[in-house]
Amino acid sequence: MNFLLELGSEEIPARMQAAAAEQLARRFTDALKAAGLAHGAVTADATPRRLWLRAADIAAASAASSEERKGPAATAPEAAIAGFLRSTGLTREQLEERETPKGVVLFAQIKRDGRSANDILAEVVPTLVRDFDWPKSMRWGAASATAGSPRWVRPLTGIVALLGDTVVDCSVHGISAGRQTRGHRIHAPGLLSIDNADSYAAQLLAAKVIVASAERRAIIETRAAEVAAARGLSVIPDAGLVAENAGLTEWPVPMLGSFDPAFLAVPREVIQLTMRTNQKYFACTDAGGALAPNFICVANLDASDGGVAIVAGNERVLSARLSDAKFFWDQDVATVTAGGLEAFLPKLGDIVFHEKLGTVADKVERVAKLARWLVESGAITGDATLAEQAARLCKADLVSATVGEFPEVQGLAGAYLARVAGLDPQVVDAIRDHYKPVGQGDDVPTASVSVAVALADKLDTLVGFFWQNELPTGSRDPFALRRAALGCLGIIANSNLRFSLLPVFDQAHVAHLGPSTDVKITARRNTNLLGDHVEDSFVLLDFFADRLKVQQREAGVRHDLIDAVFALGGEDDLVRLLARVKALQAFIATDDGANLLAGYKRAANILKIEAKKDEPTPDPARAGREEVHPAEAALAAALDAALPAAAAAVAAEEFGAAMTALAGLRAPVDRFFADVMVNDPDPAVRAERLALLGRFRDAVHAVADFSKVEG
Amino acid sequence: MSASLSFQDIILTLQRYWGGQGCAILQPYDLEVGAGTFHPATTLRALGPKPWNAAFVQPSRRPSDGRYGENPNRLQHYYQFQVILKPSPDDLIDLYLGSLDAIGIDRHKHDIRFVEDDWESPTLGAWGLGWEVWCDGMEVTQLTYFQQVAGHECAPVAGELTYGLERLAMYVQGVESVYDLRYNDAGVSYGDVFLKNEQQFSAYNFEHANTERLFQHFKDVSEECRALVAAKLPLPAYDQAIKASHLFNLLNARGVISVAERQAYIGRVRDLVKGVADVWVEQGA
Repeated sequence: MNFLLELGSEEIPARMQAAAAEQLARRFTDALKAAGLAHGAVTADATPRRLWLRAADIAAASAASSEERKGPAATAPEAAIAGFLRSTGLTREQLEERETPKGVVLFAQIKRDGRSANDILAEVVPTLVRDFDWPKSMRWGAASATAGSPRWVRPLTGIVALLGDTVVDCSVHGISAGRQTRGHRIHAPGLLSIDNADSYAAQLLAAKVIVASAERRAIIETRAAEVAAARGLSVIPDAGLVAENAGLTEWPVPMLGSFDPAFLAVPREVIQLTMRTNQKYFACTDAGGALAPNFICVANLDASDGGVAIVAGNERVLSARLSDAKFFWDQDVATVTAGGLEAFLPKLGDIVFHEKLGTVADKVERVAKLARWLVESGAITGDATLAEQAARLCKADLVSATVGEFPEVQGLAGAYLARVAGLDPQVVDAIRDHYKPVGQGDDVPTASVSVAVALADKLDTLVGFFWQNELPTGSRDPFALRRAALGCLGIIANSNLRFSLLPVFDQAHVAHLGPSTDVKITARRNTNLLGDHVEDSFVLLDFFADRLKVQQREAGVRHDLIDAVFALGGEDDLVRLLARVKALQAFIATDDGANLLAGYKRAANILKIEAKKDEPTPDPARAGREEVHPAEAALAAALDAALPAAAAAVAAEEFGAAMTALAGLRAPVDRFFADVMVNDPDPAVRAERLALLGRFRDAVHAVADFSKVEG
Repeated sequence: MSASLSFQDIILTLQRYWGGQGCAILQPYDLEVGAGTFHPATTLRALGPKPWNAAFVQPSRRPSDGRYGENPNRLQHYYQFQVILKPSPDDLIDLYLGSLDAIGIDRHKHDIRFVEDDWESPTLGAWGLGWEVWCDGMEVTQLTYFQQVAGHECAPVAGELTYGLERLAMYVQGVESVYDLRYNDAGVSYGDVFLKNEQQFSAYNFEHANTERLFQHFKDVSEECRALVAAKLPLPAYDQAIKASHLFNLLNARGVISVAERQAYIGRVRDLVKGVADVWVEQGA
């Protein structure tokens, strides 16, 4: 038989519905499993006014079961035996005495009869409701006068529990389960009696409620596309908005409205944002891809006038909102027209960036210098003057009226205003893109001026907070430093930027400390410049290494191989480092690589053990050994060839070639281990062979520290 | 379009409707408050076990929202219609929909939606869960189940409805500017009644309010409030707390309270309200 459960509620927040349905299914399935009641497929879903579940093919009863439990010894004290009898519900005569190695022990056979599905469900339903976990719950009504009153996301209005066509007799929070529910709030306000578990969806459909959220989503998408197409428009796809509207409606009816095209003077992102966040409207584009002066709202009603009043009402609301937006935008345009984007800059001195790191104006000053320096030092190829200009203006929009009202369009608003000011397109783009990337999957800036500003902004933040020891801990990262580091990594990798990070960190640090001296990017690090802070850059480099592992995990790059290359020390050119890691990963995947790794581990083990022994080391170069084993000679020769080849290839950054050079060692190493005994009785021979292994290890280390490689 | 209700008729209709539901129809509280929730008939009566049903209009003053009468939607003084029902009835939403019928919003023609809105008042130490009610995309009412007021758990919970009367009237009358609302059906507009107020009070709130004196007033009323709490007179003490809240709002509009100080001031008002509520509850609410 099939089972239906509906938990009626006043309007459930849209954002909570999907997770609630999932929780309901999980709790129900777990409860039935615990009770030993077999069942078929379980579906759970929600509308604004109900959370429901359907379970197919519920068994008539749970299976009978028996369990054996071991008790105390037959000779145990009375009290112990009495306790065992109590816990099992049996009598002394019903216990079995069994010989065990520890003497005669009492055993109980506990038999449980199967229970009817109805009885089990009558227990499961109240428990489900009582234990349900909402992100935020509340009390209501007369019952809330006493402690322990019901809690639900909004007032719980009723419970339908039907096994086949029979009500499962139970109650919770003073609400008895039954078969009565309600249809659509406006279209079918009366009580609706559900016949059986299978008629639920159809009966509600007749009462203008579509109980399946997927169906509501499909209707919204299809109808929205249709009403748009009727005017030659396309809907801008927005799955989140579809889901939200499906969570706000039981009978979704998409309708097309329009607004005064004069509002299109406002940046389209601002218009879309207003429509989306404040009104939950879909935006449309015309055949040419431009934003159309239209919107799609989703009503929860088949209106008696066909929707004329609803569209008119929504148009008025949007018009008021867009008037507000246009007012702010016009104000900003007037400011920029009169005094350029620079007109905003003085106000940045009033915004504290962070109490230890000064105002936003201070930050802009540092970022401008760093952006210029990144170009002048050769880290980025581009126009240093434009980079500095863009950096100086990139935060101007933070004090604009538009961003004050719509904080989400920071950067974008600045770019639009920069265009109004007639600035170089590279500067416009850099202002727009300098916050990017703001997460995995976000666009990564590639234009040189944008790259300079985006990097400088993030580096300044990272170095500043690391200097102030405001580091992320666990799940706490209030200044989004992990995201900033990931952003840097993304930009560097994406544009193949070749530079050493440490001097760049140093330069960013110098900007925080005050002195105006430039760090030379190619030169050795000038430790005097940073004084006590010279170590901070290493801490930040480690942080980058960790982020790199996280970032590369998605690309399938092994974290241990990143460690293996970092462990060599001195590598702070991320592009080179990644090339090396990737070559290494490809090599280890080959037969030669795997075997070489095994040989390396064996050699490293032997060397480690020998290093611990406190024996005098005879000179391995002792002359006069009559016979060098051919395998020994072969390995020595192979090393003579491979070492310089690998080193040269690494120097030329041809890491594939370096790996090939190493691959040449595989056969000689294998042969060496097969034919030669390292632990020769003659200490001099032993020393010579150990020295050979040492050379082998060093040769491998020219490419990566294989001891960090797992497996 | 005089088929629609005038501003004053909307108020009269809501009063008659909620009076018919057993609510005591009260008059506005005679002090400046930021929202109808500050009316003692809401804040204090939401506490304690006694049933309470009331409805009233409450002028609300939000000094920072003034626009010198130049913005068609923003006012530093506007009206809320408050309904408080304790304990919250099971048919609260149906009762509410009935009130929309009464003022002529045909629910078969207009799209009424309940959109999640968790309400919180840091100054009152209060929070609740509920919705903003949308009519064709316009927020016309807030509906809240009070969970906590002045730091006290509500037992039982009260349901609170707050209608934004100007917005509702603009919707019902179909006008674009609040000043164009028909105040009555005898030729008086909302602008006739309130435009000068908006102009003059915006100037006062933003430019002329003497901040030195306001700071002093804030100190004075805070002391008075604490003294009255000590004297176990919660109702007069609450008046002083309300005054403190409004003085803070004025100082805030004058821009003399920094972001950092803001939280501290809100905390001070909350402590005053909490002190009042403690005595009120202690005396049996």
